[in-house]
Amino acid sequence: MIRFLLSRTVQGIFVVLGVLCITFLLLRLAPGGPFQSERAVEPHIRARQEAHYGYDKPWFIQLARHIAGFATFNFPPSPKLKGMGVEEVIAQGFPISTAIAIPALLIALLIGVPLGTIAALRPNQLEDRGAMLLATLFICTPSMVLGPLLGMLFGLRLRWFNASGWYSADDWVLPAMTLGIIYSAYIARLTRGGLRETLAQDFIRTARAKGASLASVVFRHALKLACLPVLNYLGPTTAGLLTGSIVVETVFQIPGLGQHFVGAAVNRNYELAMACAAFYALLIVGFNLLVDLIQAILNPRIGFRS
Amino acid sequence: MIAWITRAIVLACLIGGLWLFDQSRAHRPRRIDIAREQGILLIANGTEPATLDPHLATGVPEHHIFDALFEGLVATTPEDPDANGPGAATHWETQDFVTWTFHLRKEGKWSDGTPLTAHDFVYSYHRILSPKLAAEYASMLFPMLNAEEFNKGQVTDFDKVGVVAIDDHTLRITLKGPAPYLPSMLKHYSWHPVPRHVIERFGRMDEPDTKWTRVGNLVGNGSFKLKEWRYTHSITVERNPHYWDAATVKLNEIVFIPIVSDATEERAFRDGQLHVTNTVPLPMVPVYRDRHPELFHEYPLLSTYFYRVNVTRKPFQDKRVRQALALAIDKETLIRNILRAGQKPATGFTPPGSGAGYEAPDLLRFDPEKARRLLAEAGYPAGKGFPRFDILINTMESHTVIAQAIQEMWKKNLGIPAGVLNQDWNVYLDNQRKLDYDVCRAGWVGDYLDPYTFLSIWQTGDGNNDTGWGNARYDELMQASLREKDTAKRMRILTEAETLLLDELPMLPIYWYVRNYLSRPEVRGLRSSLLEHRCYKAVYFADPATVSTP
Repeated sequence: MIRFLLSRTVQGIFVVLGVLCITFLLLRLAPGGPFQSERAVEPHIRARQEAHYGYDKPWFIQLARHIAGFATFNFPPSPKLKGMGVEEVIAQGFPISTAIAIPALLIALLIGVPLGTIAALRPNQLEDRGAMLLATLFICTPSMVLGPLLGMLFGLRLRWFNASGWYSADDWVLPAMTLGIIYSAYIARLTRGGLRETLAQDFIRTARAKGASLASVVFRHALKLACLPVLNYLGPTTAGLLTGSIVVETVFQIPGLGQHFVGAAVNRNYELAMACAAFYALLIVGFNLLVDLIQAILNPRIGFRS
Repeated sequence: MIAWITRAIVLACLIGGLWLFDQSRAHRPRRIDIAREQGILLIANGTEPATLDPHLATGVPEHHIFDALFEGLVATTPEDPDANGPGAATHWETQDFVTWTFHLRKEGKWSDGTPLTAHDFVYSYHRILSPKLAAEYASMLFPMLNAEEFNKGQVTDFDKVGVVAIDDHTLRITLKGPAPYLPSMLKHYSWHPVPRHVIERFGRMDEPDTKWTRVGNLVGNGSFKLKEWRYTHSITVERNPHYWDAATVKLNEIVFIPIVSDATEERAFRDGQLHVTNTVPLPMVPVYRDRHPELFHEYPLLSTYFYRVNVTRKPFQDKRVRQALALAIDKETLIRNILRAGQKPATGFTPPGSGAGYEAPDLLRFDPEKARRLLAEAGYPAGKGFPRFDILINTMESHTVIAQAIQEMWKKNLGIPAGVLNQDWNVYLDNQRKLDYDVCRAGWVGDYLDPYTFLSIWQTGDGNNDTGWGNARYDELMQASLREKDTAKRMRILTEAETLLLDELPMLPIYWYVRNYLSRPEVRGLRSSLLEHRCYKAVYFADPATVSTP
């Protein structure tokens, strides 16, 4: 167990470093740079700016300096964020994204698991068809459509919630619903698949033959195993939700993290883009590890072999 | 039977619960009403400002905030934000438009109560011109004697630069040549004072990355002072009791909200979360203009939308080809049917209002007949043999529809084939700089009320020329305008220069921008400004009882 954890941690460090390097190189390969502007800037001023942030050095020295900065938590200053560190941007956005991600995840599970279970118990019948039609509809609805729809219905029409903004204590509801509904569709499909496969297995037939009721078989035995694919999916999904969604943040005017993932790359804010990518990688590594641990507890056939 | 009763009860509870929820939620007070009662203006402000350091900023969202936090020697007036009213200086005089004397108000203070003196201005100009600070807008101060030389490191002694504090309340600015537009220029934030006593507490004068602009540190001299800065959420400013004209200020606070998406902004406005928006989504402009004229506002801006033509490439070297392209664009139709936001067809490069007494040549009316004749003279009758070329644009819906419309007009009126080439912003800028394009979309925003801010960029080799065009006579006229002391004569020189420019046409003017925004009818005192200046001390809320609110 300790060895497993240790080896995964070392792997994780390499993954994050790799992500940092790749992000930097991809951004460097993209045309333009942080100092490009529509209005021409005097060449001597441009040269001074580049020198101040070390952009006049060869790319591998810049890369090494940036990596060293991130590794020692002495984050490199960004010319696009004057007087503000990349760590401050993340520290500011992360709690807000979390406040939306956790309810979104709960909504996704609360809709997705029952929907998938109903579908699996009545395969190819009206319930299954109906549930899967709904799931397909949810998957196909992009958040940039669903978000404004919810905003207009519950915000402008019914006036139950603010149509956008991050001002009142209940402003998480509409964005969390938007994300939750979309993710619930994936969870429903995964639950259905997992449960149907489990229900067809021998030990279920044995349990039923011994006289256990359908409900107890499903809830006590089958769902636990059927949830494994859902659990696998939840690891990276949680990381994705926690780092925010640019679409939902734009539609609902949420000062979360998601906008920086796209914004930093578009604005050639190398430092912030690297910080965002590294933070995301860190969360992915962490949640995958957590999922592996939970899986091992749920299913004794899975051990701690790295 | 019992099962049915339970089901009915559950259903009733559900419906009852929803009704109760609806009752408790649907009648919540709107944010704008609560804010109005507290004297707080909620205003959308485009994007998150990159910095609150007036020496390092370059954008319009920052500009809107600086109008509240700082004030130059010259300031906006409540009646007209483009007028040159008293600011940190009560009055000023000049004999020759070269040497200017500004008399600062004796009671002038920073927002922390420290006296504001002429030395602060000298320090501020020293700071923005410091080579190490690498301020992009340092060039705004280059009309000042030796400012450019100091910024480029050719002069190292700041005493040689044309600014001196005669005493605590008298500042003398000496320019390279006569510039009657200096007062208008002084309202730009690059000329705003910054507090030495704060900046030096957080670092050296020429360090760009210090924390002096953060909440609690930042000190200004405007009608408002910084209260809260929540990154990508909002910036709140509150009234500054040390401001010289604090009695005029009516609002208690202003909240600037960075909303990037115009659709989200419009929803927030309808939801009662904003008093004033930053823009209006293009499809909604006709709707608001016709159905809610009490909410809809538009005013012209000092900026031009145009196409650059790469004159180093065939067949665009021939000015008759460029003239044909310009005359074949039906700008009225383009604006009426496609843009629909009240833009003005550009008949020249400098927009109306560029400077008092300036008569802009009016030469570029839609004339397909003449366009065809010119093209035939250039050797392409009815467009025969004209090589295929591309209109370069940066990816954005509005640029695409304009380019497609112009593509169609050139095809119909001239018979020439143009393609539209979409590029990512950075690639587009790069190719424009490197002259790797045929025709390319561009915009230019004036910084002060004088045609020079528009015409100077077309001088040979200017950093913003980007067309490869150059003309000795044009350069000569531009330089002559810098030496001319007689204002009327100077304006005539500039008119001659623009006439020459519009005959040569290294660029095709398309339209002059307007700004559209929505504002609650109870908000008063926000006035139109060509330079997007705002005089916040003039803004107040009308009594809601007297305003019919929809």
